[in-house]
Amino acid sequence: MIKSKVQVGLIAAGFIALGLGLTLYKAISLGLPLMPGEYREVWTVESKTSFTPTKGPVNVELRLPATLAGWVILEEHFVSSGFGFSIIEDGETSSKARWARQELERPTTLYYKMQIHRASDNNELPPMAFVKPQTPLLEPDQEAAMDRLVDRLKTQSSNTETFVLLLLQEFLRDSPDQDTVFLLDSYQEDAIMVLMDALAVADISAHQIRGIVLEDGRRRQQLSSLIEVYTDGRWRVFDPRTARAGLPKNFFIWQRSDDSILNVVGGRNSSLEFALVSNSLPAKAVVEMEQRSEQFALLDFSIYTLPVEQQGIFKGLLLIPVAALVVVIMRILVGIRTSGTFMPILIALAFIQTTLFIGLIIFLGLIGTGLWIRSYLSRLNLLLVARVATVVIVVILLMAALAIISYKLGLDQVLTVTFFPIIIVAWTIERMSILWDEDGGHEVLIQGGGSLLVAVMAYLVMSNHVVEHLTFNFPELMLSLLGVILLLGKYTGYRLSELYRFRDLAKQ
Amino acid sequence: MNFLMSPSKLRELGILGMNSRNIGYIGRYNQRKNYHLADNKLATKSAALELGIAVPELYGTIEYQFQIKDMLDSLAERESFVIKPAQGSGGKGILVIIGRDGEYFIKSSGVRIDGREVRRHTDNILAGLHSLGGRNDRAMIEALIDFDPVLKDYSYEGVPDIRVIVFRGVPVMAMMRCATRSSDGKANLHQGAVGVGLDLGSGQSIHAVQHNRIVTQHPDTHMTFDQLKIPYWESVLELASSCARMAGLDYLGADIVLDKQRGPMLLELNARPGLAIQVANQAGLHHRLVAAMEIADSTSDQSERIALARQQFGQKSHPPSGF
Repeated sequence: MIKSKVQVGLIAAGFIALGLGLTLYKAISLGLPLMPGEYREVWTVESKTSFTPTKGPVNVELRLPATLAGWVILEEHFVSSGFGFSIIEDGETSSKARWARQELERPTTLYYKMQIHRASDNNELPPMAFVKPQTPLLEPDQEAAMDRLVDRLKTQSSNTETFVLLLLQEFLRDSPDQDTVFLLDSYQEDAIMVLMDALAVADISAHQIRGIVLEDGRRRQQLSSLIEVYTDGRWRVFDPRTARAGLPKNFFIWQRSDDSILNVVGGRNSSLEFALVSNSLPAKAVVEMEQRSEQFALLDFSIYTLPVEQQGIFKGLLLIPVAALVVVIMRILVGIRTSGTFMPILIALAFIQTTLFIGLIIFLGLIGTGLWIRSYLSRLNLLLVARVATVVIVVILLMAALAIISYKLGLDQVLTVTFFPIIIVAWTIERMSILWDEDGGHEVLIQGGGSLLVAVMAYLVMSNHVVEHLTFNFPELMLSLLGVILLLGKYTGYRLSELYRFRDLAKQ
Repeated sequence: MNFLMSPSKLRELGILGMNSRNIGYIGRYNQRKNYHLADNKLATKSAALELGIAVPELYGTIEYQFQIKDMLDSLAERESFVIKPAQGSGGKGILVIIGRDGEYFIKSSGVRIDGREVRRHTDNILAGLHSLGGRNDRAMIEALIDFDPVLKDYSYEGVPDIRVIVFRGVPVMAMMRCATRSSDGKANLHQGAVGVGLDLGSGQSIHAVQHNRIVTQHPDTHMTFDQLKIPYWESVLELASSCARMAGLDYLGADIVLDKQRGPMLLELNARPGLAIQVANQAGLHHRLVAAMEIADSTSDQSERIALARQQFGQKSHPPSGF
């Protein structure tokens, strides 16, 4: 006895510690939030690639974003109706999507949708090799203007950085000088190209960073460019729109080179636009999506690795241990009598679907009517199995009738009647009516009421957001629960109901 | 009176709680493999017959559906009988026929039923309606106990039986259960039967309790309980003690009836006896169980154990102070 008590104690303590330990590890080391209330900003970026096809096969290649500067892609989704679609990995971190089709008649838009989230505020970009600048090929008048501009700025600056900043400011001025105006004019107002060539002429190594400026609600956002310049042995980012150094916070980098992002073969008038939406999602959901990017080794074996549908099933299953704990507590510590140990859990699960109030009304209505019918059946002198089967059929008819009538009356909530598993209702009716025959209506009230009370309590616990969050994100807490239930299994003290039952004995 | 009693006070009184009973006694002392003998009344009966323990006579058993059709023919000679499930739980499914009226049978409540009703009841028993876990069951038909006239007026319709708790062969506590109108002829305390606590030393009543309240007389027969003294008390305790040995269960409730001709007879055994006996006796089981442990350790002789139990658990003076 003592030995088994110690054993149970040790096992239970082990389970509890293991569960809590894993939970704390995940919470502290991996940053999973313990409470569901924390929200994080998630951007939904939808890129639209539009083009008008020409004759012959169509081949569209879209470079996919590199995830730099702390950004994480949570989910991506391609729409490629009628196209052959593939993703091509070319290089360690870069890849592109390819849509291909033999023939196409109408102008078409291809979609690529992703959800991104900035997991860390790390603004540093990974190191990149130095590339010697190549002198651009310019017209003589362009070259002359370029040389004058570069020379003037060089005399005004002390080092590369100040030169770049001066150059950027040159293009932001309200009244730029004649050379700048001429250059912009001859480059078809493409300031970035002028800038790149000016830097090359000044013998400064530079390339573009293409990406999106994140602005909530934008429907037709275009790609923007930053300039990355090699100075003092490293690459530094400059923003031509503001003439400032450093990577802007709201800039999502798509590509860190001068290469083209979109390649359309067999089409013309191609364009790339972005629609942007910012959402605040619970941190839980963010982490959930993050898992699919398989970033944490430990969680690679978690429920998140399952497909979304199965995750939904587990969301419900993982709540059952909590309900079981409620039943154990109510029966062992409080001493409430329920009909069947786990019937309250099943009823509570049905309540989750129907919501409590509606569920209670439907359940009581079904059971009441069923009991009434059953009492008539028992007078017909049928064999037991046939009687149970009859009750099942009658209950199904009742549920169907209830659903149809409520639908006609426009009471949509009552339609949730179908969430009550037929087996629970039929079995409850049978069990209650036997109880009625054997022990009288009083006992039916006690056990039925006890079951319902425990079911309602289990429902209240299971529908709690914190509980739902914890069981789903920290399934290892189930081990701790197991430990607690093991300990309760060794509880030899009085039940609350016994303090009432034996209350009159004090007179002695 | 407080609505709840403090746990420390209960502990002081030695009241055994449900959890403590389950873990400390049933789980610890009763081996699962020995349960079947107590749970199956047919097994109990045949084991008892082998050891010469008195039991009500078995008229027959019904195991298959087809036997039901002819069952009443084989009972044609019997004026009265009892049909019960072999593995019934909590006294469920017991049909008591006390007489006949032509085609009809008279239940203990006086209600007349026809043969169809009797067959339907048997059918329900076979289907497992009244049985532990709803398993298919057998129906047993046995003799109606012609119970001792001394006890006749202490029960309304049903048979008054004596429940003795036996721990390791030592009788620990006893009560008589009297059916009432509100318990529907059943001897179940929580359904409203009267529980009469019995002095283990003499078989004399100590208290009578209905619905947790002390009563002095039977609510329906108006018989006062203070004069109640169980005859053949020594043999009742001996019977209970032998049953424990037979069943191989160390914590056991033996339900015993007193037949006019044959004296104490074993009705059934219970491997999970309830705690209401404490209310009927207005005393806790725990202290007595601890003492019974010492008695069981001190001697293995059955009559010595009983003698020690009667001496230690009996009332010191008579008549008792309960009334």
